[in-house]
Amino acid sequence: MSAPSDLEALETRLSVGIKAAPDLAALDALRVNALGKKGEVSLKMRELGKMSPEERQVMGPALNGLKDRLNTLVTCRKTVLEDAVLNAALDSETVDVTRPVSHQARGSLHPVGQVMEELAVIFADMGFAVAEGPDVEDDFHNFTALNFPSNHPARDAHDTFFLKSAEGETSKLLRTHTSPVQIRAMMNKKPPIRIIAPGRVYRRDWDQTHTPMFHQVEGLVIDEDTHMGHLKGCLMDFVSTFFETDLVEARFRPHHFPFTEPSAEMDVRYESVGNAVKIGSGDKWMEVLGCGMVHPNVIRSCELDPEIYQGFAFGMGVDRLTMLKYGMPDLRPFFEPDSRWLSHYGYSPLLQANLATGLS
Amino acid sequence: MKLTYSWLKKHLATDLSLDQLEEAMTMAGLEIENIDNPAGRLAAFTVAHVKDARPHPNADRLRVCMVETRDGVKQIVCGAPNARAGMTAIYAPLGAYIPGLDLALDRKPRNIRGVKSHGMLCSPRELESGEDHDGIADLSGDWAVGTPAAEALGLDDPIIDFEVTPNRPDWLGVHGIARDLAAAGAGMLKTGRVPAVSGGFPCPVTVKLDWANACPIFAGRVIKGVKNGPSPGWLQQYLKAIGIHPKNLLVDVTNYIAFDRARPLHVYDLDKIGEVIYVRKGGGKPDAHEGLDAKIYTPEPEHCVIADDERPLGLGGIMGGAYSGCSDETTDIFLESAWFDPGIIRKSARELGIDSDAKHRFERGVDPEGLTDGIELATAIILEYAGGKASDLTVSGQAPARPPDIAFDPSRVKRILGFDPGESRIKTILTSLGFGVIEGDIWTVSAPSWRRDCLQAADLIEEIARIAGFDSLPAAPFRRPEGGRFRAPATELQNRIRTARRAAAHRGYQEAITWSFCHHDQAGLFGGTGEGLELANPISSELNVMRPSVLIHLITNIQKSTDRGLEDERYFEAGPIYLNDTPGGQETVVAAARRVVAARDWRYARTPDVFDIKADAQSLLEAVGVPVKNQQVTTEVRDWWRPGRAGVLRLGPRVLAEFGEIHPRVLKALDIDSCILAFEVFLNAIPMTRKKSLKARTALQLPDLMPVRRDFAFLVENTAAACDLIKAVKSVDKHLITDVKLFDVYEGQGVPENQISLALEATLQPTRTPLTDKDIEAVSAKIINAAEKVGAVLRG
Repeated sequence: MSAPSDLEALETRLSVGIKAAPDLAALDALRVNALGKKGEVSLKMRELGKMSPEERQVMGPALNGLKDRLNTLVTCRKTVLEDAVLNAALDSETVDVTRPVSHQARGSLHPVGQVMEELAVIFADMGFAVAEGPDVEDDFHNFTALNFPSNHPARDAHDTFFLKSAEGETSKLLRTHTSPVQIRAMMNKKPPIRIIAPGRVYRRDWDQTHTPMFHQVEGLVIDEDTHMGHLKGCLMDFVSTFFETDLVEARFRPHHFPFTEPSAEMDVRYESVGNAVKIGSGDKWMEVLGCGMVHPNVIRSCELDPEIYQGFAFGMGVDRLTMLKYGMPDLRPFFEPDSRWLSHYGYSPLLQANLATGLS
Repeated sequence: MKLTYSWLKKHLATDLSLDQLEEAMTMAGLEIENIDNPAGRLAAFTVAHVKDARPHPNADRLRVCMVETRDGVKQIVCGAPNARAGMTAIYAPLGAYIPGLDLALDRKPRNIRGVKSHGMLCSPRELESGEDHDGIADLSGDWAVGTPAAEALGLDDPIIDFEVTPNRPDWLGVHGIARDLAAAGAGMLKTGRVPAVSGGFPCPVTVKLDWANACPIFAGRVIKGVKNGPSPGWLQQYLKAIGIHPKNLLVDVTNYIAFDRARPLHVYDLDKIGEVIYVRKGGGKPDAHEGLDAKIYTPEPEHCVIADDERPLGLGGIMGGAYSGCSDETTDIFLESAWFDPGIIRKSARELGIDSDAKHRFERGVDPEGLTDGIELATAIILEYAGGKASDLTVSGQAPARPPDIAFDPSRVKRILGFDPGESRIKTILTSLGFGVIEGDIWTVSAPSWRRDCLQAADLIEEIARIAGFDSLPAAPFRRPEGGRFRAPATELQNRIRTARRAAAHRGYQEAITWSFCHHDQAGLFGGTGEGLELANPISSELNVMRPSVLIHLITNIQKSTDRGLEDERYFEAGPIYLNDTPGGQETVVAAARRVVAARDWRYARTPDVFDIKADAQSLLEAVGVPVKNQQVTTEVRDWWRPGRAGVLRLGPRVLAEFGEIHPRVLKALDIDSCILAFEVFLNAIPMTRKKSLKARTALQLPDLMPVRRDFAFLVENTAAACDLIKAVKSVDKHLITDVKLFDVYEGQGVPENQISLALEATLQPTRTPLTDKDIEAVSAKIINAAEKVGAVLRG
């Protein structure tokens, strides 16, 4: 039979122990010793059954109170001890986060590819699809159908690469311009036709400003009513969108291409800013492209009737446009991969030219 | 071609300034390449009078001159021996740039041995206007102080250099340009037909045209008693200005007529030719002769020869022979003005390897009706400056017919140009250019003899646009065809290329663009040059075939980068490979290559291997629509891959990509000193996706039940393919086993020799009822059983 005074002594003893528990293991041992199944408080609770109802009324609440207070003490002590453990860990488990980490290598896209995509976006908005043709062409598509008569001086401007041919066969050649795609487009599809054809072209020329391979983009519109005013409107809009300026002042200068008539070269007013150009101001004219109304002989070559069908064509050097817009001083590194050049002038793969977010 | 301002003005009455003339020529279609205007270059220099010249007090060779200049009287110290009082000299003010010395004078007077000098008196060389003789320029004539130096030196004639397009041979003469500029409103044409010189005796030379296709008409004349010698100053000056060195009058006159009238002529020494001259086909070896350029030519039957009964005299329309050419001693001459067929000239000149001003004109088409103008003009100049007596003109044959008249509907002008100048303006333009016009519903238009390029209505419309001015054509908006929704025009292959480029760059590769051609031996290492893809005239012997693989230049450029001290270069290219010379023989591939460089990193230093490049290739394929789980891997690779360290990614029979280490023997042949990892993805081989009518995806069904994962370790022969085991395990129950992962590979202690242990984790995903232990045991048993069938034994 215990008296409340015994309980007081018990509580004092256990409390002191819990409060002084040095670590979590000791605390748990003390908890088990006091409140576990066979703990001192639990044993006293068992004795309640043997008590008289009056005694029970006194001792019951006293024991329960004791149990609650000890539990609280244990929890408090546990929090303090856990904090201490964590703080010790925080103090000891540090690393030097200033050490550099290695990153995945950064890739880039070639500026010519970027400009080709810009061209595709701008012309898609005007209803042009992108067409392609082979680099290895025949005389018909590269010259004859484009109204370059055989044995004509107009062919001299194209320093043509020929492929070796078997005895008696006509030589194939590397296309000297993207214009053969015009012929392929007209022979494969009934008008209306609106295409641009970007791609590799080849001429036998290698110096400061020429490489034996370079890029052109061709444009072709064939329908029943597109005229030279549309040609001017289309190309002026193109230049203004491509160079991202409202101030395009263009000049269409008569020229000669066998496959267009009238033929023109388009100049834009510009001033030099470092290696790049500023379009729309300045006192110099710069040629940006060649264009014209498709020659009736070309339309006839494609078995269409030039009395019914007409349209315009244009062609421009993609590498040169790239140099002008993005300020590369020299053409040659375009085709001699060097990671430093590619990093400097290249584009992030996360960007994609489009009309909503901008070209570049 | 070049002309000078004053030469043009000889034919064109115009008050256009040089700038306006440049604009007028440009807008007529003559592309100006350069204008050299000495007057502009010498603007700082003016005429001055030397009033007084005394010896320098402190220097024997110097003089102190008092000079009257446009800036007042200046004291100038001068070292020229010819400096003297009373002379007319050229004065350069302080600060002027002296072109011949490439330096600018100080802006402040210079102290020369104690005497101040306020400028400079210049020599011709210092002005880049001639050679020095006795020192400073000593002008004769009565030039006022302040006269521009260019004027006093006779250098005030700007030289215009321009490009003539091949359709306009009439622009290869100054007269033709003046005629065109006059039509464009830039002035009045002053010169027209040339008056005939009346002959004093019959022409003693007979011309026989034995090959009328090559030479249908030939005009000739003899001049006797000529005294050949230097040309007059004006003629020499014109020729010098356009870069032709004057020789003697007879040669200079033919050059002059070629550039003034686009009319090539030839002069024979009458003593060296027979009485009958033949224009005929070449006869091979017997016709071999020395040309005026001192080279031997052997004209064949498809080349045109001028000959007499004795010998060949020259290549018709291309180059005269050395034997019958004129010298300073020549007194009697035969003058030729003929018309040669452009195609035959071009073919002959190309096959014989000659270029000449005559050939340049004849192959483009000389005005067949300008024969007599050319020869009469030449005769008049020769008679005036070299004397002599001219024979009658003899003309053999007939000028080729003009091209047929053009039926022209003037309403087509508006249809093509989008602009209607009106019928009367159209007529004015055509007639001002020399066209004959008969109006009607459909007009009949005849082209002038010098415009043999005009054959159809489009040619006339071009002329109308050109003269009306391209700037007067209104620009019309050009929009997407109306009434339709926007349809993205890119094809699936184009989009694949776009995506593949981004995927490769995202994996750390830099996009390169390299030559489509490579060396024959390089191609040989990568499967060989395709049928018909060897270049007949390569730009360099290193680039003589079309490439069969994009890897060649990527790999060699990695080596170049390494040689420059760069590390860990990773390049890719999306570009063509060439399999044969047909239109379908070109494919687009995306290839990438990197060097095996051990990563140096304080956390984990790994050396990249075939599995890194495999991951790159697989992720690229996944990006373009082939999920990794569908990609099959096989190990039979082509010759340039290292066996056992390279593989093929495929969909059944379709080869989508190859990856791995490049074969060490290939690397050695390419002079590559490191190990290279590479892949090549064949975009054309990937099946096109089927077009779906709806973009909506199937409903997503997520199982409510937890997946269960079980590990198995199997022993297999170390030559076994892991993918076979994985495939066997997966196929035990394709619905239940949703994933099989290889999470460990082990060999060594505890594993028998020549065997390896492959540890797999299988994910079992129940769909309707949870898996019981019994279920799992049953599946495990099946897995072990399936593994045994491919030679794998559960590790005990």
